[in-house]
This record gives sequence, structure tokens and C-alpha cells, in this order.
Amino acid sequence: MKHTLSVLVENKSGVLTRVTSLFARRGFNIDSLAVGPTEDPTLSRITIVVSAEDTPIEQITKQLHKLINVIKIQDLDPAESIDRELVLFKVNATPERRHEIIEIANVFRAKIIDVGRNSLTIEATGSTDKLQAMEDLFRAYGIKELARTGKIALARGSRDSEAR
Amino acid sequence: MSERITGAEALVRCLEAEGVDTLFGYPGGVALPIFDALYDSKQIRTILPRHEQGVVHASDGYARATGRIAPALVTSGPGATNTITGLANAYMDSIPMVVFTAQVSQAVLGTDAFQESDITGITLPITKHNYLVKDPADLPAVIKEAFHIASTGRPGPVLIDLPIDVSRGELDFEYPETVHLPGYKPTTKGHSRQIKQAAGLIAKARRPLLYAGGGVLAGEGTKELKELAELMQIPVVTTLMGKGAFPEDHHLWIGMPGMHGAKYTNYTITETDLLIAVGVRFDDRVTGKLSSFASKAKIIHIDVDPAEIGKNKAVDVPIVGDAKPILAGLVGELRKSAADPKTEAWVRAIDDWRKQFPLHYHTVEGHIAPETVVQVIDKLTMKQKRVICTEVGQNQMWACQYTHLTEPRTWVSSGGLGTMGFGLPAAMGAAVGRPDHLVIDIAGDGSIQMNSQEMATCKINDIPVKVVILNNGYLGMVRQWQELFYDRRYASSVLDQMCPDFVKLADAYGWKGYRITDPADLEKTLKKALAEDGPVMIDVHVEREECVFPMVAPGGSIDEMLGGVPGAPVSDMLDDDLLEEVWE
Repeated sequence: MKHTLSVLVENKSGVLTRVTSLFARRGFNIDSLAVGPTEDPTLSRITIVVSAEDTPIEQITKQLHKLINVIKIQDLDPAESIDRELVLFKVNATPERRHEIIEIANVFRAKIIDVGRNSLTIEATGSTDKLQAMEDLFRAYGIKELARTGKIALARGSRDSEAR
Repeated sequence: MSERITGAEALVRCLEAEGVDTLFGYPGGVALPIFDALYDSKQIRTILPRHEQGVVHASDGYARATGRIAPALVTSGPGATNTITGLANAYMDSIPMVVFTAQVSQAVLGTDAFQESDITGITLPITKHNYLVKDPADLPAVIKEAFHIASTGRPGPVLIDLPIDVSRGELDFEYPETVHLPGYKPTTKGHSRQIKQAAGLIAKARRPLLYAGGGVLAGEGTKELKELAELMQIPVVTTLMGKGAFPEDHHLWIGMPGMHGAKYTNYTITETDLLIAVGVRFDDRVTGKLSSFASKAKIIHIDVDPAEIGKNKAVDVPIVGDAKPILAGLVGELRKSAADPKTEAWVRAIDDWRKQFPLHYHTVEGHIAPETVVQVIDKLTMKQKRVICTEVGQNQMWACQYTHLTEPRTWVSSGGLGTMGFGLPAAMGAAVGRPDHLVIDIAGDGSIQMNSQEMATCKINDIPVKVVILNNGYLGMVRQWQELFYDRRYASSVLDQMCPDFVKLADAYGWKGYRITDPADLEKTLKKALAEDGPVMIDVHVEREECVFPMVAPGGSIDEMLGGVPGAPVSDMLDDDLLEEVWE
């Protein structure tokens, strides 16, 4: 089962290593990882997507809690959280196919951010499913390069993720 | 008013402010500014062990015997990497420790400079926390935090890496009074509803059992443990790490459980209906096969580390917090409800097993049984203030089985990591911390050779440890496993082809040395040797092929034991009438 963990940590050097090495030590494969600062400059949020059964994930979160620089961990319920990912696709686009690709991008409300002689670079945000669907479509044209940020997520509405 | 001093001077001031009286350290190039600053300290005694592993184990032994921190200080690179076994050892056993490693200057950090190692990276999984200090101004706060983190919650080692430009650099010194750690707030008190719920179960239990570990000692809960046990007449088993947490001359003490526990101890666990686990982590050396461990019992688990609860064994009532307040809370609840013990038949049943299946061993005419050596040591020293240390292996198991300790912090033994070579340097640390105690290291001929260089440290610093070697010319525990599980193929476990002459070794280091080969000399020579003033090494040639029994085969159920009296499930062995009374 996939779990999305939202981990609030002190914004200090080495903290990411502490967190990720804990997963590595226990033999967990991290599916996606995204890190960035929060509204409080002393804190960062790490969003980790990992496949694990419920019992091992409970042990992992308890072990994460033991790290001195970890302040709060949420195992986000998909029904009660929102998540987004950003992807850049560089797609093969000969002048004849360019129009089709732009059409597809428009359908997904993605943006064309660079046009080359034989390529288009498209920026898209959304859920993992949506981005996967786009990727499948673009694959027919040939994807030259692809970069994904990894998922970021927050609990919905009144579920205040900052509550300590 | 703050004052402008160097980082190294600040370090010394911080340690003095923390009340440090002893530091174990080994110098080297980039550590020199700190050693230079220590040279002037009137408060801190700096002791120079002969190996960095000795430095850290000494710090560990000091902490186990006193509950206080004697920091360790080493240089960068190999100095730092030599601390790893000691750190892992302290981490596994939750021992409070602060280790300073010197580091190359930040200007060359990361360039593979001479004697550089990424020690914070290397020690990430074996420290409770670690720091790389980049600015001398951060030093006081970091040291304050390190001592706080090391000694609170679940204790553990904290490492501080200090580039030489930080120890040479200057700062306006002021030692902070408080720490600011938003992510570190250990729960200490225990949840009152859970304590009530646990007290309710205890009040009703007919066959309760206290299963006490190192957390009782770390959490200073030994007095409360005894109160609870006596109030409700609950028998107590203590783990290897919990040895000394409950007086071992008490009628409610039921020994050590697990792989080398006595049969009556393991039977008690198998038959209990309420296991009250305090400061233990359900280690596999204790539980054997998890599914059959205390399988008839509800389980209350008290631990300061929430991650330990439910880690190995599902728990009915979890209580997170320190042993002392929680045990006191339980006693309070039980007194309030005027609960009375219902364990009379249970205690009688256990006493019956104890008589039927005691720890025992055979002696061979003309040979000294290693168990006898430990029993004689125990008998000769029981009236004294003493600390028993061990190496790792058969010596350790016999020492645990056949000594009877009645005071906390009188047992120093490497539990979780099982570190050979731990005993002598740890005994050295314990003796420095407890100079009024007789400190004995019960050793094997294998283990003692792993850190025997510390004999020099003991001699030069007047540290009067007594090392008793149970010399069987083998890596005894390895040999035992080979005998039982590897068809007696003694691959790489025979030592006597080149064991040093331990008496000559003692002589070389200026120690007194004794050798005992005749059973008739055992008691009188041991008595004489243990009464000597300085450090003494006593080489006792014991029965070579003795095994530690009883034994649970790895992964087996703890009520099915090898050795001793023939094994059978406990229910078949009980007196029928008593059985009825206990299990009504």
C-alpha cells in the first residue's frame, strides 16, 4: 500500500540524510521525495511516498519521530489531503506533429514553456494519475527527457497540519 | 557578562558547567587545541586509554556504573572511526554518552584531507543524534543540547564533530541555561488513564510477572519496582541489561529470562497471565520464538521510547514514559483501590519449579568448572560494594547466571551489540566512576585479548580492576554453537595454540598476576588476589568443554530448553494439586 508521509523538519543541513537513511536502513524504497521550505523559514517539509504495509509504516514513523530534528509526521489519508506534482516533458515534435501535441497539452491544462526546432517542452502539474496519463500519450511521440519533482501534499481544509 | 575565549576553552567551560569530573581522551593533530585547553582544567581529570575503542568503552562503563556522563574525546579520521564499535555498543544498550571528535578545518573539509573522515555521516545510524559544528559561537548551545539529549528520554550516545578552526576560533562565551529543541520532547510521566487501566489488570491478575530491563535502571525506577513487586507480591525477572534493578537475594526474584535463562524463569514467562514489561525491548535473545513468548498473558509495556511499544510483540496496555513515575503511579493506584495480592499459589508454584529445575552444572574431578569460579567470586565479594563487569560470551552468561547483585548500577555488560573486548575498558571506566567499589571483570581468554592494551591505562592511573579470566583455550561460545549446531567442527574457535601467558602479560604491564589450575587452590587464591590493592589479572584454567546451560536453540520457544534436566512443557511437570489451585 502506498503511504504519503508529510514530515515537518528543522531546516538544518543533514536533516534530509537522516530521514532518508532511516528508510534505506529498513529496506524501504522511496517512490517519491520532495523537500522545500515552509511558511516558517526555520522549518522544511519533506513529502515522502513509500510503499509499505501498515505495521512497518507505523514502525517507520515512530523511528522518524525519534530523530531530534523531526517535528511532526502525518501519514496523509488520500481522501483528506490534496497532492500535486510538477513534471517537465521534452517531447519530440516535428513541425507537422507540433499542433497535436499542443492540443494534448491544452486538454490537460498544461503549459508549453519552450519550443525547439524538433521539440516542445511542456510543464504540467496535477495528481500522479493525470501526469501518468499525459506521459502515456506523449510517449507515442517520443519523450526526449522528463523531470518530475516528486509529490507534495497537505491535509485538507480545517485539518491544520501545523498543529503541534 | 560574556567573555571572548576560544572554542576549545569554551568546550572545557561547558563540560565544567555540566559537572564533568572525568574525560577519556586520545589526542591527535586536530584535537590538540582541545587537549591543550583541558591541560588547565582543575575540575576535569583527563585519562588517556591506549586505544580509541578503549576511550569509548571506558566512557560507557563510567555511565553504566554511575548514571553520569564522562565524555570521550578523540582526534579526526582513524581516531574517530575507532569509536564506532563503542558508539554502536552504547546505542544498542541506551547508554548516555557524549563523544567529541576533532575534525580537519572547514577549509579542507570534504577534500579527503589527511586524517579526514565523514564521522557524522558514518555514525548517523549508531548515535541518538550528532552534530558538525561550523561556528564557534554555536558550541555552547550544541554541548548543552548534547548532554540533554544523551541523558533524557531513552538515553544514548551523542557525537559532536569539531573542525579545528572551530576549536581555535573565538566566541563570546555564555553557557545557555535552557535548550531549545522543538522536535525533542520525550514523554516522561505516562498517561494517567493507561496507568489506571494497567493497575486494574494488575489488581485482578492471578499469575502476574514483572519483566524488568535496562530501562528501569536508566529511568531510576528500582525503588518503585520493588515497591510494586512487594505490594502485589509479583515475581520479577530481570534481563541481562536489567540485572541489578531488583535485589537478587529477594524471594520474588526469578532470574534472567531467555536463551540462557534458568528453566524456572522461562517457565514462569510461559505460564504468566499478565506480563508487566518495564524498560525492555523484547529482544530476540529473551523472547526466542515470539509467538510462544508469554502467549497466555495480557501484556502491559512501559517504555520511554514509543517506537519500542509493539515493535516485536503486540501489547494490550502501552504506557509511554519513564519507569520511575509510572511505577510510582501504579503503586499509588493500587494503594488507593486497596488492591490485595492474589498470587500466593502462583509464587508457590514458581518456588516449586525453582526447586525442581534450578540452574546447575556438573563438575569433573580435577577440573575447575567455570560456573564454580563465578560462584566463588560472588560468595567472596557479596558483602562488599562491588561492580561486576563482563566480557562477551560464555563468561558473560555464567557471570549473569551465578552472581547475585542487590544494588543498581553494579552490573556492566554489553547487551545488545555483544561486544567482545568491552569488559576491561568498561571496568576501567566503572572503577574511575566508583572508586569505593571493588570492580571485577569476568573475562574469557578470547575477549580479554581484544583490548588488553588498556592494562597500561589501569596501571598508570591507579585503576585497581580485577580481571578474572575463565580460560578454556577456546572462543567458548563459538565452540558451544559448533558443538551443538555444526557437528563439532571447531572451525577457527581454538585459541590455545597461541594464548599469551597471562601471568607474564600481567607482569609486563606492572600488574599482579595469578594462575589457578588446581580446584583446591581456587578459593584461597581468588581471595588473596581480589584483596590486592592494584590491578590484578587472575588466569583460571577451567574445564575446557563446558557449555552454558540451559540453552534455548536460536528461534526456539523459551520453554523448550537444551541441557540441565530433561526438557518437557511445564504443564507436564507441575504438581497436579498446585496446578489446579493456580489455574482454577
